[in-house]
Amino acid sequence: MVVCDIFKYHMSIDLKTIKHISKLSRISVDEQKAEKLAGDLNSIFKFIEKLNELKTENVVPLTSVAETTLKLRSDEIKSKDIRKQILKNSPQDNEDYFVVPKVIE
Amino acid sequence: MSDITKQSLSELVKNIKDKKLSSEEVTKAFINRSEKSKELNAYITEDYSSALDKAKKFDQKPNLELKLPGIPMAVKDLFCTDSIRTTAGSKILNNFVPTYESTVTQNIWNEGAILLGKLNCDEFAMGSSNETSFFGNVQNPIDKNLVPGGSSGGSASAVAGQLTPITIGTDTGGSIRQPASFTGIVGLKPTYGSCSRYGIVAFASSLDQAGPMAQNVKDCALLQEVISTYDPKDSTSIDFKRNEYSKELTNNIKGKKIGIPKEYRVEGMPKEIEELWQKGIQYAKDCGAEIVDISLPHTSYALPTYYIVAPAEASSNLARYDGVKYGFRAKGENLTDMYEKTRSEGFGAEVQRRIMIGTYVLSSGYYDAYYLKAQKIRKLIKNDFDEAYKKVDAILTPSTPSSAFKIGEKKDDPVSMYLNDIFTVPVNLAGLPGISIPAGHDAKGYPLGLQIIGKAFDEQNILNIAYAMEEKINFKNKITDWWIK
Repeated sequence: MVVCDIFKYHMSIDLKTIKHISKLSRISVDEQKAEKLAGDLNSIFKFIEKLNELKTENVVPLTSVAETTLKLRSDEIKSKDIRKQILKNSPQDNEDYFVVPKVIE
Repeated sequence: MSDITKQSLSELVKNIKDKKLSSEEVTKAFINRSEKSKELNAYITEDYSSALDKAKKFDQKPNLELKLPGIPMAVKDLFCTDSIRTTAGSKILNNFVPTYESTVTQNIWNEGAILLGKLNCDEFAMGSSNETSFFGNVQNPIDKNLVPGGSSGGSASAVAGQLTPITIGTDTGGSIRQPASFTGIVGLKPTYGSCSRYGIVAFASSLDQAGPMAQNVKDCALLQEVISTYDPKDSTSIDFKRNEYSKELTNNIKGKKIGIPKEYRVEGMPKEIEELWQKGIQYAKDCGAEIVDISLPHTSYALPTYYIVAPAEASSNLARYDGVKYGFRAKGENLTDMYEKTRSEGFGAEVQRRIMIGTYVLSSGYYDAYYLKAQKIRKLIKNDFDEAYKKVDAILTPSTPSSAFKIGEKKDDPVSMYLNDIFTVPVNLAGLPGISIPAGHDAKGYPLGLQIIGKAFDEQNILNIAYAMEEKINFKNKITDWWIK
């Protein structure tokens, strides 16, 4: 059987793959959400498959439309003393630190 | 003076400069109308009392040399505003108060404008209908239960509904031009690198660009003049000579060559869009422009390319939302559990979908097949434009493949929602400027827009073409104030 070129990359995204991507993305998904996502992602990737129609071996990838070399700035401190305001945005603050769940037993 | 909110930005600036109106009167008028317009849900955060204080302060010692003297203005809630909550339409930033100001908004305040509040948008600017916002749908002033487009839906609704004389939005794949088209206003997506991205909540960094949204082309040119500056704080900001767009604005476009790309005649496009386009071509001819048929052969690959590049960049940009230093945090049994629950509960469905797509296309084993492939096709799309611009000065297309649709109509079908941006996305991929101007109505009386795409850094040229065509089109937005009781 000849496998059509268009299906070469895109195998249907199964629940196992969804679980793997969700782990990489640090987004928890339950079974119900995983199934919904699998359906959505499959229809989106089916749409994206169109790109395989084009041969691109000799094309140089475009990484930036801004044809400019990145400029450097001198290393000067310009910010104000805003420690308190920054810590105020923390979901759980302890005066001088950002607090996270215990990581060392 | 009655009907202050009906005046264009240019009229308000003139009346303030001529001392016929005070900043306080103008600010009060827009606050009153905004307060009567809660049903539109255009605002996420209101800052009215502080706006009034600033207006009074301005009037005490008015600096009438400024470009936006005492002009009140609400902005999209994607721009960080110092000490004022900035949410990006997301639960995960529901309580985030920036300690710095975006360059674009700072430029606006430096010219004398006054912040009215922060406007609703799709969550992290991901959407074409403003339905992904954590803060709810925005109503289109054109008709009840009609989407205003997105992602700058609150911005478009606020300008069309006269809640603000002018505003700024951001455009990653059409987020200024599509809502402008859906609400009958003007919206400009500048050349990539024209307006600083510093302090704008990042979505897809190689595509994001801030731009003005206004009732007419002249106002749009004036705001573009204010917001476009070189900024060392954005490493992709480009140091080029910027025009005084509003001063140099002219309706003389005689002899300008305007390209008509045959690939924008897509299958299933409503007849009225084709008719609008033909009308646009005639208007351009009437203005003395020369019409040239062109080809942009890779147009149909632009959307699939975009839906690899944009989610890939988004998945990387949105990795910072981990519930540690700011924003929403969910309770977790350990650090990883906290991250995963925070992001699962803090992001909405569309944002999660895009993070997952982005993570997948960048993951080991798929990078070459998807991301690298998309970057190569992005190059082909840009080459198409480069080739076309050897023959023409600008390109004319419809802004969107349809008029505004009903709230809920496309919500459950991501691909059909994505198709909204079919005419706008290629412009972002190529980093070019594009402007949408209102050009007519469909059978339902909903506005339709035409898009003029320019060469990089050639904003003046597309503003001029838009200005000349605007005069011929003589568009009147049909706003009935249905939401005001």
